[in-house]
Amino acid sequence: MTALLSVTGATKRFRGLLAVDSVLLDVQPGEIFAVIGPNGAGKTTLFNMIAGIYRPDAGEISFAGSRIDGLSPDQVCRRGIGRTFQIVRPFPALTVEENVMAGAFLHRKERSAALQRAHEVLWQLDLFEKRDQLASSLTLPDRKRLEVARALATDPKLLLLDEVMAGLRPTETDRMVEIFRKLNRETGLTILLIEHVMRAVMALAQRVLVLHHGAVIAQGVPADVVRDPAVIHSYLGAEAAV
Amino acid sequence: MPAEIYLNVAVGGILTGLVYGLMALGLSVIFGVVRVVNFAHGEMMTIAMYLAILAFSALKLDPLVMMVPIAAVLFALGYAMQAALINPFINRPEHSQFILLVAVAIIMVNVLLIIFGPDARNVMTSYSFDSFQVGPLIVDATKVYAGAAAIAVAAVLFAFFRFTYVGQAIRACADNYTGALVVGLNVKQLYALTFGIGAACVGAAGAMIVLIVDVTPALGPAYTLLAFIIVITGGLGSMPGALLGGILIGLTEAMAGLLFSPSAKSMFAFGLLVIVLLFRPQGIMGKRVA
Amino acid sequence: MIAALFEGVLRHGLALLVVLFAALLAAPYIVNSYLLAILIIILYYAYVGQAWNIMMGFAGQLSLGHALYVGLGAYTAAALFVKFGLSPWIGMLAAIPVAMTAGAIIGFLAFRFRVGGVYFAILTIAFAEFARVGFDHFTWVGGSSGFFLPVANYTTSDLWTLRGRPVMFYYLILTMVVIAFVLCRILLRSRIGTFWLAIREDEEAARAIGIDTFRYKMYAVVLSAGMTSLAGVFFAFYYNNLFPEQVFNIARSIELILAPIIGGIGTLFGPILGAFLLTGLSETMHAILQGLGVDVPGAKQVFYGLCLLFVVMALPDGVWPWVARKLGLGGRKP
Repeated sequence: MTALLSVTGATKRFRGLLAVDSVLLDVQPGEIFAVIGPNGAGKTTLFNMIAGIYRPDAGEISFAGSRIDGLSPDQVCRRGIGRTFQIVRPFPALTVEENVMAGAFLHRKERSAALQRAHEVLWQLDLFEKRDQLASSLTLPDRKRLEVARALATDPKLLLLDEVMAGLRPTETDRMVEIFRKLNRETGLTILLIEHVMRAVMALAQRVLVLHHGAVIAQGVPADVVRDPAVIHSYLGAEAAV
Repeated sequence: MPAEIYLNVAVGGILTGLVYGLMALGLSVIFGVVRVVNFAHGEMMTIAMYLAILAFSALKLDPLVMMVPIAAVLFALGYAMQAALINPFINRPEHSQFILLVAVAIIMVNVLLIIFGPDARNVMTSYSFDSFQVGPLIVDATKVYAGAAAIAVAAVLFAFFRFTYVGQAIRACADNYTGALVVGLNVKQLYALTFGIGAACVGAAGAMIVLIVDVTPALGPAYTLLAFIIVITGGLGSMPGALLGGILIGLTEAMAGLLFSPSAKSMFAFGLLVIVLLFRPQGIMGKRVA
Repeated sequence: MIAALFEGVLRHGLALLVVLFAALLAAPYIVNSYLLAILIIILYYAYVGQAWNIMMGFAGQLSLGHALYVGLGAYTAAALFVKFGLSPWIGMLAAIPVAMTAGAIIGFLAFRFRVGGVYFAILTIAFAEFARVGFDHFTWVGGSSGFFLPVANYTTSDLWTLRGRPVMFYYLILTMVVIAFVLCRILLRSRIGTFWLAIREDEEAARAIGIDTFRYKMYAVVLSAGMTSLAGVFFAFYYNNLFPEQVFNIARSIELILAPIIGGIGTLFGPILGAFLLTGLSETMHAILQGLGVDVPGAKQVFYGLCLLFVVMALPDGVWPWVARKLGLGGRKP
C-alpha cells in the first residue's frame, strides 16, 4: 500500500537554528498517526510545513501521490488536507452552522448541498443542537469540536490536528478521543496528530513518531515507543521528573 | 531656471518638512504606544493654527512665543480625548476606532468653520518678509525659525522618552502591554499622557506653521492625510522615521511645485506613499510587524 | 428560484418589507417635490452604502476611497454622453469596467503586497486623491473648472438619455436600491458570500479551510467598485455637474460610508436604515435651523459628527441589529 502522506527529509532552519532536521515519515491511508516530543522539538514546524505555512528548506512532502511542499495553505486544503489550530480560531461573529458551511462550500456550489454536509458534520461532532449559537459564545471544548467540524466539512482525506487536546479536562479529552476513533472507524479518515497529552496519544494512535531537537529519535507502536530508552531519557523522563 | 532656484526651493522644502515631521511625530508617538491611528490629527493641527492666529490678532503675541502655551492646550485636549473617548475603544476593532476619530474630526472641522468661517487667515509678523542669505542661497526667515523650532521640540521629545521615568514607562507600555500591566503601570493613564504628548507635538507644529501657510478649516483633512503619508513613508511608530519622512515629503512637494504645478504636489506625495507601501510597507525606518 | 429568495425570512419581517416597498413605490404620489428630492438622496446613500458594504461588511476590507469609483463612473458616462451623445445606459456599460479595473488594480497591489488594515485604508485614500488631482488637470473633461451636462426644464422624461423630471430619477434609484438589496441577499447566502464572511472574521483560518483569500477579496473589491460606479452615473445625470474637488474629495468617501456604519456594517438593512436616519435627521435639523432663521454652514456636519459619535459609542454594531432585536427579527449579534 502506498502512503497517503510522505515526508522525505524535510528540513527547516530559522536563522541558522535547525528546527526540523531531515524528518522521514509515512502516513498510511486509514491510519491514526501521532507526532510527539518535548517543547521545541519541532512538532509545530513540521506541522506547518505540511499545512503549507512554511516551505521546507530541503526535502519533499507528497500527498496522495503528488508534491505539496511549497503550496499555499489554501491549496494544501483543496488537495484534501484539513487542519485545526493549536489556539482555536473559529469565525467568532458567525453561527456554528455558518462556520461549518464555510468549510462545506469548498467542494460544493449549492447552498442546499453545503447545508446538508454541514449538518452531517455537526451531528458527527455532537454540535447540531448548538448550530444557531454564535461561535464566540461557545465553551472551549465546543470551540475545539467546531474547528474539527469546520475542517471536516471540507472533505479532507487527511486531518491534521495541532494539539487539539491541550487545555481540555480528562473527561473532555476522552470524549474527543471517542469522536476521532469513531470518525476513523466509520469514514476511514486518516489522522495525523501532534500531541502533548499522552493519555490521548496512547488511546488513539496506531503509530507514534518521536521528535527531539528536530530529529526523529523513535518510531513505532505506542506501547513500544514509550519503553524506548532514548524516548524515556529525552522526553518522558524529563516529563516524569517534573 | 538658474540652479540656485532649485537649491533655494529644496532648502525651503526641507525646513517646511521639518515642521510636517514634528506634526507626524505626534501621530507616530500615538500609534507606536496606543496602537490607535489618530484620524483627527490634521484637525487638531488646524485647531492649534487657529489658536496661534487668535493670539496674534488679539494680543499681538508671536506664534513662536505662543508655541509652548498652545502645545500645553493641545496636550490637555489630547489627554482628555484619550481618557474620555479612546480608552474605552482600545480593544474594539480597527474600523470602530476609525469611525470614532472620524466623528471627532468632522466635529472639529465644522466647529472651526462655524467659528472662523471658510476664508483663509494668516499672521503677518515683523519678520514675515525677511530672509537669510548664505552665498547664493536665500531662505525665508519664517521657515528657518519654524524649522529650528521643530528640531528643538523634537530633541526635547527624544530626551523625554530616553531619560525620564515617565518616558521610559511609556516605552515599556508600547513594547509590552501585558508586561506593563503586570509591573503595575497605570496603562490607561500612560496612554492618555501619550496622546497628550502627541497632541502637544501637533500644537507646537501648528503654532509654527502659521508662519508659513494660511489656514482654513478645510486644511484639517489635508493635514491628516499628509501626516499619514509621512509616518507611513518614514515608518509608523518610528520617531526618527517621522522626521525623515517629513523632510522627504516637504522636499518632494516643494520640488513638484516648482517643476510641475503647485496643485499637483499632493499627487507626488501620494505617489511616494504608494511606492513605499508596496515595496517597503514597514516604512523607511520602521520594523515589519507581523 | 423566487421561493429560495425568501427562504429563512420571518413572516412579520416579510410583511414589514412589503409595507416599506409599497410606501416607497407610492411616495412620489404622496410627497411634495422637496421631500422627493430628499428621498432621492436617501436612496442614493442607501445604494452606495450597500455597494461599500460588500467590501467592508462582507469581506472585511476597509475602503476609505470609494469616491474614486463614484467619480470614475460619473465622468465616464458623462463624457460619453456630452462628447459622443451616447446614452447613459451605454455609459454604464463603460463605467462599470472602468471602475472595476481601478478596483482590480488597487486590490491586486494591496493584496499581493500584503497591505492590510489601516495601511489598506490609506492606500484607497491615496488612489482617490490621485484621481482628484489627476482630473483637476484633465482638461478634456473640464479639469478643475468642472464638467457640465446640458440642462433644460423638462416637462417630459426621456429614460433613454436620462433627461427629465425628478420622479424618473426617483424610480431609477429605487430600482437600483432594490436590485442591490436582492443581489446582496443572494450573495450573502451563497458560496462567495460565506467565503467573504470567513475572510472578514479570520483570514488565516479562512485559508486553512481552502479559501483562496486573494481571489475572493479581489471579487469583493471589483464587484463593489462596479456597483459603486453606477451610483456615479446616477450622480452625474441627476446633478448635471462634476467638479473633481467635490466628486473625488475624501469627505465624499467618508459621507458614503456613514449610512452602513450607522445602520450596521455587514447587514442588509443597515445601509438603508442608516441612510434614512442620517439624511432624515440632518434634513430635520436643517429645517429647524432655517425656521429659527439660523443659517450656519457646518452646523449640519457637526450634527453628523455627533450622531456618529453617539452611535459608535452606544450601538457599536449599528442601529439595525438593535432594531431587529426589538422587532424580534433575530438580530445576529448578541
